[in-house]
Amino acid sequence: MPAPSTSPAPPAAGTSTRVTGGVGESARRPDGALKVTGEFAYSSDLWADDMLWGATLRSPHPHARLTGLDIGPAVAMPGVYAVLTHDDVPGRTVYGLERADQPVLCDGIARYHGEPVAIVAADHPETARRAASRIVAEYDVLEPLTDPRRAIDPASAPRVHPTGNVVRHLAVRKGDFETGLDVAAEVTVTGEYEVGMQDQAFLGPESGLAVPAEDGGVDLFVATQWLHVDRDQVAACLGMPPERVRLTLGGVGGAFGAREDLSMQIHACMLALHTGRPVKMVYSREESFFGHVHRHPAVLRYEHGASRDGLLRYVKAEIVLDGGAYMSSTPAVVANAATLGVGPYDVPHVSVDCWGVYTNNPPCGAMRGFGAVQAAFGYESQMDRMAAELGLDPVEFRIRNAMSEGSTMPTGQAVDSPAPVAELLKRVSSVPLPPRERGDDGYDLRELPGGVSNTTHGEGVVRGVGYGVGIKNVCFSEGFDDYSTARVRLETVDGRPVASVHTAAAEVGQGLVTLLVQIARTELGIDEVTILPADTEVGSAGSTSASRQSYVTGGAVRAACEAIRERVPDPASLPDGEVVEETVEWRHRPTSPLNEHGQGNAHVQYAFAAHRAVVDVDTELGLVKVVELATAQDVGKAMNPDAVVGQINGGSAQGLGLALMEEVQVSGGRIGNPSFTDYLIPTILDMPPTRVDILELADPEAPYGLRGVGEPPAISSTPAIVAAVRAATGAALTRIPIRPEHILDLSGVSEGERT
Amino acid sequence: MRVSVTVNGTQRQVDDVWEGESLLYVLRERMGLPGSKNACEQGECGSCTVYLDGVSVCACLVAAGQAAGRDVRTVEGLAADDGAHALREAFVEAGAVQCGFCTPGLIVAAHDLLERVPRPDDAEIREALAGNLCRCTGYEQILDAVRRAAERTVG
Repeated sequence: MPAPSTSPAPPAAGTSTRVTGGVGESARRPDGALKVTGEFAYSSDLWADDMLWGATLRSPHPHARLTGLDIGPAVAMPGVYAVLTHDDVPGRTVYGLERADQPVLCDGIARYHGEPVAIVAADHPETARRAASRIVAEYDVLEPLTDPRRAIDPASAPRVHPTGNVVRHLAVRKGDFETGLDVAAEVTVTGEYEVGMQDQAFLGPESGLAVPAEDGGVDLFVATQWLHVDRDQVAACLGMPPERVRLTLGGVGGAFGAREDLSMQIHACMLALHTGRPVKMVYSREESFFGHVHRHPAVLRYEHGASRDGLLRYVKAEIVLDGGAYMSSTPAVVANAATLGVGPYDVPHVSVDCWGVYTNNPPCGAMRGFGAVQAAFGYESQMDRMAAELGLDPVEFRIRNAMSEGSTMPTGQAVDSPAPVAELLKRVSSVPLPPRERGDDGYDLRELPGGVSNTTHGEGVVRGVGYGVGIKNVCFSEGFDDYSTARVRLETVDGRPVASVHTAAAEVGQGLVTLLVQIARTELGIDEVTILPADTEVGSAGSTSASRQSYVTGGAVRAACEAIRERVPDPASLPDGEVVEETVEWRHRPTSPLNEHGQGNAHVQYAFAAHRAVVDVDTELGLVKVVELATAQDVGKAMNPDAVVGQINGGSAQGLGLALMEEVQVSGGRIGNPSFTDYLIPTILDMPPTRVDILELADPEAPYGLRGVGEPPAISSTPAIVAAVRAATGAALTRIPIRPEHILDLSGVSEGERT
Repeated sequence: MRVSVTVNGTQRQVDDVWEGESLLYVLRERMGLPGSKNACEQGECGSCTVYLDGVSVCACLVAAGQAAGRDVRTVEGLAADDGAHALREAFVEAGAVQCGFCTPGLIVAAHDLLERVPRPDDAEIREALAGNLCRCTGYEQILDAVRRAAERTVG
């Protein structure tokens, strides 16, 4: 295995100009043609002869003791082939990403609304659902713990798990806070903020097909973000060696973090092994809201101190993240919120405490932006407050405090590659503002808050402009062995050199498959490159998350191509019939754990984006129309410019959703809006035109100098939009998503009159 | 029950259909036409958009029995259609496809728009596609794709 590269390697000599569709071009997606014709096979499209359908019975209570479970009525139904419960789990009865704390099926205590209790296989999906509903489950309902602020008290009750309710508390101390001194400043602002629970709302539901194999094992075709970590968890719970559980990636209809944890994987395999028949499971949209983790809701308290001349002196923050009933990736989300908690600013003295806690709310885990999103709403709101307090322009105040290459993070880690925070802000703030378009007959309804609901013709509509900038770590942190594996095979067929690339990296829509083709073309100097299906027959690629796959699997493919080039200096001239294959495990530079003061070189790379939002607000109804989003992001190297723009627009849209409309409504531990009727994601009418400005300042540590792209735009669009609504209305807006009643001054209006 | 329906120009008949099954289920699971997608199955996302007697509808909201004796055209049935071809090309070219789960529904919805309004302005495109959710792209490149297809189709 060649040593990992630590600097961008030049493209193969004399080859870079020969290929078309190489690195840096907007090459077409290799799966594009299948996707536009409807032929692309998603995990919910799979089908096998003699296939059964699975369904899941879930707990209706957020916290309850399961006292009785009678599966008899379900088993008795014609067409039902299996009904399985906790007692039928063949191996380890719990699973989890960081700690196995989540029962495959309810182990006697249901800890959240929607916890799986029993599973059914039947010959029709409706039969399976009806059978599940005929299972008689009896519960003693218990008091749920639903307030995450209560859960940070070590003595809080009830205990969701015997280990207590604090999953992780991370304290980060820098400067005088680390040495225990008091820190004061001429000007201080404090604020408390709240972030609601956002759903990833991918469109392709959780689904897959489990097929029992002749060796007693199982083949699972599934939509996931990380095949190998799924395989290891599934195998442990089936009581099988991992090699008897083979996973192949089914077509993935979006992910955004929600597929990092298991959903139907173990259940489908259990049913398939029990019945000896292929079993397909497809969640409905309603079940999907119960079937995956969400973004952690957060409560954030901030105190910022600055000098009169506008330099930040200190930041103190306390952040509480509601992890819900099971751990999932909460510890890593805590690390991000804590270490990135002051934002992309130079702050000499920092004290951040972040808690991730267990409650009986729905489990929370990975979602695009992962801890950095919640913190950014807090620190960017504070930056606007401080700017106002100092009488400074919010962009100017940010630029004065912007971090740059050479800055020191609150963790003590030096930022050793470009960090053009000030430049990004300058760019978005210098874009000409959109005109207020008004036709001869007044406004176009479709451009106004409320749209064709015809709620205003412009009266009461006020425009506002706001800014946001954010920081995100790229790749896995805190000493995690974060590698990817690539197998590249080169051969000459009928005189034409052809390469195939095999990795286990999950293409979830972002376009990694395009990028890997581009890398192989550039490195090998050949045009014809095929991406093989991702499966567990090749080594792990790690997770498609943390904006890491271009970096890590991109790095692995490049390294494998380099290894081939060492053997065949001119790959295009390989003789007919000869085959050269290389498999490489590639790692980015190592990271370190954080010490008791939250100090350490915990992160691999930082990425930055800035947004300017322009909004129109109907101040009489509290309705918001985003008029335009301007954004600038440093991507290090635009490996595929069109794909980069797509990531930035898509991330910005999800940030818009969090700012204005997206919240899983949880009350008393229960989800109240598990549908696209009641959980709103932005439509094409909600998204404004965007202006995307891409910087390419190479990171010398990263393959091609690239910087992870996917998450930063989902971080800064939210605070920019909220700031714009504040600028338009003067409302405080300390909670997201913003609701009309947050914008309107309803003081003096009675509760009855409000509804 | 037995359902007879014309799908993409061919008379099809399926047996043992449960009365509660949607047209979407029958297309996907009984006729081997999974191009219409199952993102919400409650008429909110448009990923299952098909033509029913020439009118674009969400196949998930049509009971299979309701479709009996009628004419259904799915994304698969647009394979040889010039307008749909221009849209497909434009979607790939403009980067309007990421995960692609919304794409077949968008192709049908955009096809329907361009049949009715050959040169739509942006506001018309937005209004026509407002029932099609996309979670990946932020819609900007979808708008671009429809504009491009319209230009090429009209010439």
